[in-house]
Amino acid sequence: MIIAEQKPLTEICRIVENDHKILVAGCKSCVAICLAGGEKEVGILAESLRLYSDLNNKEWEISEVVVERQCEKEWVREIGPSIEGKDSVVSIACGVGAQVVQELYPDARIVSGLNTSNMGAPDEPGIFLEKCGGCGDCVLHLTGGICPIARCAKSMLNGPCGGSQNGKCEVNPDTPCAWDQIYNSLKRLGRLNLIEKVIPPKNWIPSSSGGPRKIVRAEAVLTPEEKKTKEGVD
Amino acid sequence: MSSFASSLLCLQEGAEPVMQMTCRDRNRIALQSDLLGAAALGIKNVLCLSGDHQRFGNQKEAKNVYDIDSIQELQIFRTMRDEKTVWGGDKLEQAPNVFLGATENPFADPLEFRVMRLGKKITAGAEFIQTQAVFDIERFERWMSDVRERGLDRKAHILAGVVPLKSLGAAKYMKTKVPGMVIPDSTIERIRAVGDVKSEGVKMCVEKIEQIKSIKGVHGVHIMAIAWEEIVPEIVQKTGLYPRPNV
Repeated sequence: MIIAEQKPLTEICRIVENDHKILVAGCKSCVAICLAGGEKEVGILAESLRLYSDLNNKEWEISEVVVERQCEKEWVREIGPSIEGKDSVVSIACGVGAQVVQELYPDARIVSGLNTSNMGAPDEPGIFLEKCGGCGDCVLHLTGGICPIARCAKSMLNGPCGGSQNGKCEVNPDTPCAWDQIYNSLKRLGRLNLIEKVIPPKNWIPSSSGGPRKIVRAEAVLTPEEKKTKEGVD
Repeated sequence: MSSFASSLLCLQEGAEPVMQMTCRDRNRIALQSDLLGAAALGIKNVLCLSGDHQRFGNQKEAKNVYDIDSIQELQIFRTMRDEKTVWGGDKLEQAPNVFLGATENPFADPLEFRVMRLGKKITAGAEFIQTQAVFDIERFERWMSDVRERGLDRKAHILAGVVPLKSLGAAKYMKTKVPGMVIPDSTIERIRAVGDVKSEGVKMCVEKIEQIKSIKGVHGVHIMAIAWEEIVPEIVQKTGLYPRPNV
């Protein structure tokens, strides 16, 4: 899932400072799980903005809406009427959701109320950890199911570096050393032979250095006729 | 200052430098380009490192590169030298004639993997190894015994790292702030107990070199006199390594 956290209230207020009618738009998916932009957080942020407005004589009109998934057009279309006439929409979905709303409503001002951080998972209540680097060429089969791209501070493929101490990363003593974890995982699995081999320089073409990536599933792509029919239905 | 520039200055002064090339700030294209440049200018020794993370420096907000790691860097450089090709496959007219080195930290974890990792570096192309500073001689001896068991001391020249301690503050700083450096409390206590820290620091460093000399499989030392470079000649003389002994 996508992990995000809310921007400080003062920053959000600064972003919408000169607006009057403001919509707070949440998402019931990932950001609800990481307690950043779900239904509850929409209510809290909207109320906080109202209080800020009252205290600072801003006369903001704050309204609220939540969709199932802001990253899918089908769901986002539902909030069209709520966006109508607003000066700005504070999306507290992830950066993906906010952009999908902007694409669908190009004349509306969509701003993000969250800082989108990573692809990760809840670890324990209130704690969320990054897990996947989205490199486009997964190596988990070589690394005992632990991603060195996201979880090693140097994204090393032949770690651990000399800074691994007592299972911790030199960069942050709170962070487990990914390569210490990889070593122990491969040892448990009886596959230490994998770590003895040099992993050659990685091909980063499938990663993010070539602009936005596009994945096409040919069998799901609509023909022009099918598109026309679908548009007719919509 | 970049290691490339400092190495060139050393060369101009008549010294033979070991150029350090880290993967933190340069991708494979830049590293290969620098290697060709260094070789063309007469730099012969290259130490391949992943590099200290930028969080330990004075510009923590910088973005790192880490296109490749130190082992892959060795692999690329060896390919350039031995197969006369750049990593992309294009032929070189002239191979960079360099002596390749790597670092290893016998004091990092997981302990049982450190020697295996040294083996990976040698397989990838390391011909000499500079270790992290040795303070805990017992752990270093244990590590060297594993190194000998795997026959790695016969495949690469191992240079043990030593650091002369200039002051109590410097010792504490290295213990807590320098990544990968392990300084036992007993060392700190010894420094704390003396009046003349500098001469004790030199004495301890010379003792360490003498202890290291007796360890089988070690081919030399490298002295890391951090912010105390001027002390190096004295240490070298006191250990009987200057004038250079015949071996």
